[in-house]
Amino acid sequence: MNIHEYQAKELLKAYDVPVPVGGVAYSDKQAAQVAEDIGGSKWVVKAQIHAGGRGKAGGVKLVHSIDEVKKTADAMIGSTLVTHQTGPEGALVHRVWVEQASHIKKEFYLGLVIDRVTQRITVVASSEGGVDIEDVAKAAPEKIIKEVVDPAIGLRDFQCRKIATGIGLKGRLMPQAVKLMKSLYRCMRDKDALQIEINPLAIVSIGEEEKLLILDAKFNFDDNALYRQRVITDMRDLAEEDPKEVEASGHGLNYIALDGNIGCIVNGAGLAMASLDAITLHGGRPANFLDVGGGASPEKVTNACRIVLQDSNVKAILVNIFAGINRCDWIALGLIQACKHLQIKVPLVVRLAGTNVEEGRKILAESGLAFITAENLDTAAAKAVAIVKETVL
Amino acid sequence: MSVFVNKESKVIFQGFTGEHASFHAQDAISIGTNVVGGVTPGKGGTTHLGLPVFDTVAEAVAATGADVSGVFVPPPFNADALMEAIDAGIKVAVTIADGIPIHDMVRLQRYRLGRDAILIGPNSPGIITPGECKVGIMPSHIYKKGNIGIVSRSGTLNYEATEQMSALGIGISTSVGIGGDPINGTDFVTVLKAFESDLETEIVVMIGEIGGPQEVAAARWAQKNMSKPIVGFVAGVSAPPGRRMGHAGAIISSESDTASAKMDTMEALGLYVARNPAHIGQTVLQAMREHGIKA
Repeated sequence: MNIHEYQAKELLKAYDVPVPVGGVAYSDKQAAQVAEDIGGSKWVVKAQIHAGGRGKAGGVKLVHSIDEVKKTADAMIGSTLVTHQTGPEGALVHRVWVEQASHIKKEFYLGLVIDRVTQRITVVASSEGGVDIEDVAKAAPEKIIKEVVDPAIGLRDFQCRKIATGIGLKGRLMPQAVKLMKSLYRCMRDKDALQIEINPLAIVSIGEEEKLLILDAKFNFDDNALYRQRVITDMRDLAEEDPKEVEASGHGLNYIALDGNIGCIVNGAGLAMASLDAITLHGGRPANFLDVGGGASPEKVTNACRIVLQDSNVKAILVNIFAGINRCDWIALGLIQACKHLQIKVPLVVRLAGTNVEEGRKILAESGLAFITAENLDTAAAKAVAIVKETVL
Repeated sequence: MSVFVNKESKVIFQGFTGEHASFHAQDAISIGTNVVGGVTPGKGGTTHLGLPVFDTVAEAVAATGADVSGVFVPPPFNADALMEAIDAGIKVAVTIADGIPIHDMVRLQRYRLGRDAILIGPNSPGIITPGECKVGIMPSHIYKKGNIGIVSRSGTLNYEATEQMSALGIGISTSVGIGGDPINGTDFVTVLKAFESDLETEIVVMIGEIGGPQEVAAARWAQKNMSKPIVGFVAGVSAPPGRRMGHAGAIISSESDTASAKMDTMEALGLYVARNPAHIGQTVLQAMREHGIKA
């Protein structure tokens, strides 16, 4: 689960991590009020969407008057922002974050991830901030510092000092960096974050003084731990998610929309991916990924059909079930229910295997409905692709 | 022989009295698994499926000599149950739970340091040595005894490969599901090592997915250390980057962890590669012919 920048900054503030003074606004008037409350003569207005790349797409503006704050907020709120991460359809801006503009002296990158190789939280830092970290990793891998954290003892001060000196944070800034990194680590652990990305972390000057400030923060939280993270769960913004995917997850289904025309209903993520691959290899294009999971009831199967059919591009559905913890007879009953309740007009290609397969096949055969059955993955994919080619021509 | 579990294994189930544990314990018993009891805290002293139920794993181990545990405990409590199993001296713990918080896994893997128990999973179909021992959720009737070892992330794709082989008259020595999560208790290399020294296994089928460096690391290890042929497949050629495809571990984050990139590397390292998920069985058959191996 992802959150907005303003939520990330509020969360960080609660962990005593330095963030710019600012506030969220849902209208131009509110934005002007926030700017007035902050005071000063320069502000940054930032469109709040989950996708990255906002700066280049015009979603981040430096402004010099309250009137300009208002105009900028008015233009952003209700507009659709297209960044390299949103896809061509873009994302609708519902709110902006207004913050005090900072005088930036230098930018850094700081990230906390769970590394799959060491299986531990790893701090990643670079003296090259404000740019894409993947580009730094390619062009100048020596500029990336990594420090692995032993979960039994946590992130130690000396590790933070190593990271700080490694990216050039020296003298009076070092204790600030140590405190900041340790707070981020605590936040990551306590809130079940999968990843925290601070880009940029900046040295800003306030008069004669220099201090560290987090200018942008991205969080990604573990969906599997949301049951114990009430504060984080409350931050979920469903408007940022595909409505079909939200509905599917409500039914315990894992659905991802794709751009083809063969709907897919499969059990197990691995077989689901392989089914999409088989369709693609036969020259077809899958409309979605859908994993019904284990122990799928007939109702769950009906819901799966309904969600797949909400995509009007779907010209045929491939059902591929290899039941282990599932039961083929329940899947078959679910498909029959779906045909009756949903008036399915597209052909259904069904391949059943595994637990209770004979009962499942019998139920389909005796239903009198026009299922196209297949014995194995290859013929199932081939039949679905052939049917769609006929309908489209 | 066989890998990790065999007919000598004394198996308990944690979360024994639950629906799935009950169903699969019965199925396990029906194929010859030596199930000696189970654990459900609060139900100690009762019997279930005609077997003793204990409150703790330690009690179960003391009373039955159990050395393998199938952990059918809900995800929020699963990591704790695994630590309990390891603490009690269980040698092979198998967890099928899909949805263990990743920070729980980080702590669990730290806990396992210096303790020699094998952990299969999480988010795994389990492990089966046909005719001898099943600890998991796979449909056991499709697994016929043979000389091919399988190691996979995905459960259903493991079944798929097994059925394709079965249709060609090819059987399985042991099948291990390492699970679809980003942090696995056992990685591909550990399982390949076990298959390499197993007398019953003559070819290994390795089924991976998009995301993470594990498949490539295993292929590199195998090229240097394995005498037995490997047939590889990686699911997700058609997966879009940046999207999590069901399994928490299945997300493309860099150019090198796409399915195609992984299969290219496997092929370059001399592995047999099935480019089409429907051709895993045929590719195994080809490897058998080229190495003079009979089913």
